[in-house]
Amino acid sequence: MKYLDEYRDDRVALSLVERIRQATTRPWTIMEVCGGQTHTLVRQGIDQVLPPEIELVHGPGCPVCVTPVALIDEAVAIAKRPDAIVCSFGDMIRVPGSAEDLFMARAAGGDVRVVYSPLDALEIARRNPDRTVVFFAVGFETTAPANAMAVKQAHRLGIENFALLVAHVLVPPAITAILVSPGNRVQGFLAPGHVCAIQGWREYEPIARDFGVPLVVTGFEPIDLLEGILMLVRQLEEGRTDVENQYVRAVVRDGNLAAQRVVDEVFETADRAWRGIGVIEKSGLKLRPTYAHHDAEVLFPHDGGPPASESEVCIAGQVLRGLAKPHHCPAFGTECTPEHPLGAPMVSTEGACAAYFLAGRVRQETPA
Amino acid sequence: MNQQRDIGFAMQCPVPLPPGEQILLGHGSGGKLTRELIGQLFAPVFADGELARLGDAAVLDLPGGDRLAFTTDAFVVQPAFFPGSNIGELAVNGTVNDLAMMGSRPLALSAALILEEGLEMAALGTVIASMADACRAAEVRLVTGDTKVVERGAADGLYVITSGIGVVPAGVEIGPERARPGDRVLVTGPIGSHGVAVMSRRAGIAFDADLRSDTAPLTELVAAMIGAGDVRVLRDATRGGVASVLNELAEASGVSITVDGAAFPMLPPVKAACEMLGLDPLYVANEGVAVAVVGPQDADAVLAAARAMPVGAASALVGEVGEAGGTTPVRLRTGLGATRPLILLAGDQLPRIC
Repeated sequence: MKYLDEYRDDRVALSLVERIRQATTRPWTIMEVCGGQTHTLVRQGIDQVLPPEIELVHGPGCPVCVTPVALIDEAVAIAKRPDAIVCSFGDMIRVPGSAEDLFMARAAGGDVRVVYSPLDALEIARRNPDRTVVFFAVGFETTAPANAMAVKQAHRLGIENFALLVAHVLVPPAITAILVSPGNRVQGFLAPGHVCAIQGWREYEPIARDFGVPLVVTGFEPIDLLEGILMLVRQLEEGRTDVENQYVRAVVRDGNLAAQRVVDEVFETADRAWRGIGVIEKSGLKLRPTYAHHDAEVLFPHDGGPPASESEVCIAGQVLRGLAKPHHCPAFGTECTPEHPLGAPMVSTEGACAAYFLAGRVRQETPA
Repeated sequence: MNQQRDIGFAMQCPVPLPPGEQILLGHGSGGKLTRELIGQLFAPVFADGELARLGDAAVLDLPGGDRLAFTTDAFVVQPAFFPGSNIGELAVNGTVNDLAMMGSRPLALSAALILEEGLEMAALGTVIASMADACRAAEVRLVTGDTKVVERGAADGLYVITSGIGVVPAGVEIGPERARPGDRVLVTGPIGSHGVAVMSRRAGIAFDADLRSDTAPLTELVAAMIGAGDVRVLRDATRGGVASVLNELAEASGVSITVDGAAFPMLPPVKAACEMLGLDPLYVANEGVAVAVVGPQDADAVLAAARAMPVGAASALVGEVGEAGGTTPVRLRTGLGATRPLILLAGDQLPRIC
């Protein structure tokens, strides 16, 4: 398949591994920010064939994983209302809230539907004018343009019964939060290629400058990741702290300006809580006041409710900040599996814990 | 009397039950939950050696020395019509192939239909015509049947249940427990075509691509392979796909299996659809692909025989059998030389594909 097979060529991959080995003289800790990157690395066993000096730690780039419990509880509460339909991407349905997930809300009679695009949810709203259709808008900058378009479309067509429950998060503030957190070990970042396809990499330049860390905008196939790691290792070895672009077939410095305009028209930045991490300033999106009548949090205000609780054993927060690996968790693969997840990174296939579990990794007693 | 009624109402159960309060879709996926149901409920309760063997069909000794293969299968695929085929052809080929996996030729089939009130007569006619065509192609007679109609909403269109018998030729010994270290593993066609074709017609994600179900009778292919050499295990890689079947036969034979990720044949549109939908094709259902374990000395001859048949033209050797060991009996080698386990998934990637 064009644009795919050439980025999976094993001979090229092995020669890149060799070049990384030659370029590496000291230990380096690298974070791949995006869950899609984690998935490829673990699935192809790339972390097993890299020189031992290179440690990969997995970043918070799984939007499903970082969606706060309170917001999932809100979605569950809305789903149980007879006058509402909750639409969501499939991954989100099984993420545990404080007491229930959306699957359980559906089993209890709630109308919860899996869709593959916000426009499908808009179509459901058009066909069910007597009920409010709420799309659970989860994602990074990558999915924001499509969700913004859906809201604009609803506005334009006068579909008043369509709303977003917005859980959008932004990557650059999360990278900054990791860099300022006590105990941070990350020395360089593979920045997420798809996010940068929308946003470009201008936002990453101040991070590289202010914190003295190199970043490489990187794709998702094995060759992309190995090339990104090689570029990052070279920067680290040479003491450079630049933003470089490995993903040249998809990303330019300014990003997709048309998509950015639509997002900017519909959303504004806001402080947002990240599950396992906490509130990060200006790290999320919310609907602008013009579109408040399409905002599920405005239409269905919180009733307060009991405070959200999390599993006491789950170490998702440390995993998401790169402080621990999934298989260091006491519950990994035993109490916590994709069938019975304790924390969100075990639910989504992009979550680091699920990636480790599906790749058959076994629990380790002591952190390496 | 009263007491008995009470017991009935409370649904108290005289047998130990698998974990979980209710049946989940995953219990029908062919994955880990299905195994739990069979291993913890059905097999112990019926306590029959042939049932516990968990082959695609049972093999029964008849007085006089002949052996009869016997199998049954229910088809609930949604939608009932999908690119390349429909539920009727699937129901005939599925049972024919279960018989073929014991090395037998099909003798006769039965069919039971469960129809939902309101089903269009023309749709039923199309399904029945497909079943008749499939019987002719597989050279099998459909000799008995039953029809039930349920209230609207109590079923989804129509379900088809087929059973079949076949004769296992003298000298043919095939079973899931017969793989031995050193044996080679072969697949007889491009993987994932059926599951992806069905998926492409699902409401909400329908997409256009050059996709067709691979449903086909495998009797002649199997006969050619058995004629060419020592075929020890045959499995129809339906629900749960190739990866689930490999796990089952590794467990049944008490061996490990290592496969090469790059060795599996796959059609480009199937590969593209799996990429797009985030599916692992090794877990996607097939309806015309068998996994065979072959004695090492005959691997090339059996491969050549399979490739000489139209339905087996894309056959490939994909791995080998090793000694038992470790917690994950099936492993996949990546092109980088790393290996990862191919585990049995709990549920399905896609619901109701057959």
